[in-house]
Amino acid sequence: MELKQLYREIVNEHNLHPVHKKVIENPDLVLRGVNPSCGDDITLSLKIKDGVIEDGGYEGSGCAISQASVDMMVDQIIGKKTDEAVKLAETFMGMIKGEVTDEESIESLDEAAALQDVAHMPARVKCAVLGWRTMKEMIENPEKAKE
Amino acid sequence: MSAPSDFRKDFEILKSGEYIYFDNAATSQRPRQVLEAVTNFYNTANANPLRGLYDWSMAATDAYESARKTVADFIGADSTEEIIFTRNTTESLNLVAYSYGLENVHEGDEIVITVMEHHSNMLPWQMVAKKNGAKLIYLEPDEEGVISREEYTSKITDKTKIVAIGHVSNVFGVTNPVKEIAEYAHSKGAVVVVDGAQSAPHMAIDVKELECDFFALSGHKMLAPMGIGALYGRRDLLDNMQPFLRGGEMIEYVTREDATYAELPHKFEAGTVNAGDAVGLEAAIKYIKNVGFETIEAQEIKLTTLLMEGLAKMPYIKVYGSKDPKKHCGIVTFTMDGVHPHDLASVLNDDKVCIRAGHHCAQPLMQFIGAGSTARASVYFYNTEDEVKQFLDRLSKVREVMGYGA
Repeated sequence: MELKQLYREIVNEHNLHPVHKKVIENPDLVLRGVNPSCGDDITLSLKIKDGVIEDGGYEGSGCAISQASVDMMVDQIIGKKTDEAVKLAETFMGMIKGEVTDEESIESLDEAAALQDVAHMPARVKCAVLGWRTMKEMIENPEKAKE
Repeated sequence: MSAPSDFRKDFEILKSGEYIYFDNAATSQRPRQVLEAVTNFYNTANANPLRGLYDWSMAATDAYESARKTVADFIGADSTEEIIFTRNTTESLNLVAYSYGLENVHEGDEIVITVMEHHSNMLPWQMVAKKNGAKLIYLEPDEEGVISREEYTSKITDKTKIVAIGHVSNVFGVTNPVKEIAEYAHSKGAVVVVDGAQSAPHMAIDVKELECDFFALSGHKMLAPMGIGALYGRRDLLDNMQPFLRGGEMIEYVTREDATYAELPHKFEAGTVNAGDAVGLEAAIKYIKNVGFETIEAQEIKLTTLLMEGLAKMPYIKVYGSKDPKKHCGIVTFTMDGVHPHDLASVLNDDKVCIRAGHHCAQPLMQFIGAGSTARASVYFYNTEDEVKQFLDRLSKVREVMGYGA
């Protein structure tokens, strides 16, 4: 998919009308993720019960790709077990780095799979993975993400 | 006076016209003459300069020292001993910070810089201030990007030991009143360091006229290869400074315990020097002189005017700095409502337009103007009016791509 098509068909909707860009009540984990060189800056909040992500939300600012990617991600991980979410993060980051290419893995990412072509845009890789890398970090190192 | 279009043919990378290169403030393109000069050096005079006793090494030494003379003349230095070759402006400024700053700034002293500085003229001074317990004071510009007399006379005091200032801001493009600030700083006993990375490619420099004590420039922003830059330093200051780097070619006599250092400028040029690119810088300076600053400035003003007029017609664009295109040095920094600069640059890249987006190595300035990051288009004499028109046309379509309707 070409860049402009990617914006028009996927990114713009989530960037301009995000579903999960909001404060959630009593989050269990909160972590800020930043791309210092480009200024993408998000704070991700998750509510977790019995190892399952019950709710999630984010605040912040950044380029359309970073914001759309995190919105899609939150959509994807709500209702999933934390270890499943981490596995999805690894699949997503692998896809963006061009290391994961098998169809089955990529389909597991659902809508986020649409960002696969960012793999061909090296300047934008950091933007696309910001949300996923923040989520993986907060689940794996919850001590960093306690308020 | 030659027309700018006469020179475009010398730039191989621009020949096809496929790309519009508007990131000249980051680095310029290089003409054939510069690349040929470098190739010619390696093909005819390549040996380690300054130490050989045979023809090739002597030829290399001559070429290198000739380049130094050209740089000295270009910026109005009295002698070649006041010109030190470095990798770039960043290295030049670090040299001053380490070899002059750390030795001469003490606890309770103050260093004055502007909030407009590129990180390369900010971080070295943060280091000096932190290490020696000095205070770092920031001059702030008004809305037009100008540092007022009131601002610098209120912040430069008897405590000020160093005033370090960018000649031209890489974000606003504004030319700072370096001469006036230097005069005032000297009356307070401070030493004045000027970052000339953005000015040297665009205007005639005379370090004595500017009354600066140090002046740093980068070759790569003025048609020369990457990796060659220069530092001018006032002779009496350089004489009393310790070397920045130590090693080969900068010594006079070495024992197991001690060493005495070579004369200026070699004291500050440890290791094998970058003679090949110094020759490239000499060719670049000759090329710029041949084009002429009058032609360069006229073309930049023409293009910047066209660019700013076009941007003014787009209500969703905000331009930073002066409203007068003549005060931009070819640099136009802007934001587009609702579109992050990185998305903007990516979409333009899709249309083969190269601009910079981000914080431009000036994060404190971005915080000061209240923008997380911005987009920047910067032109040089080889750019054309047609390129500006195409740029504006492509720019006007970006919001639609980003989902804001037609």
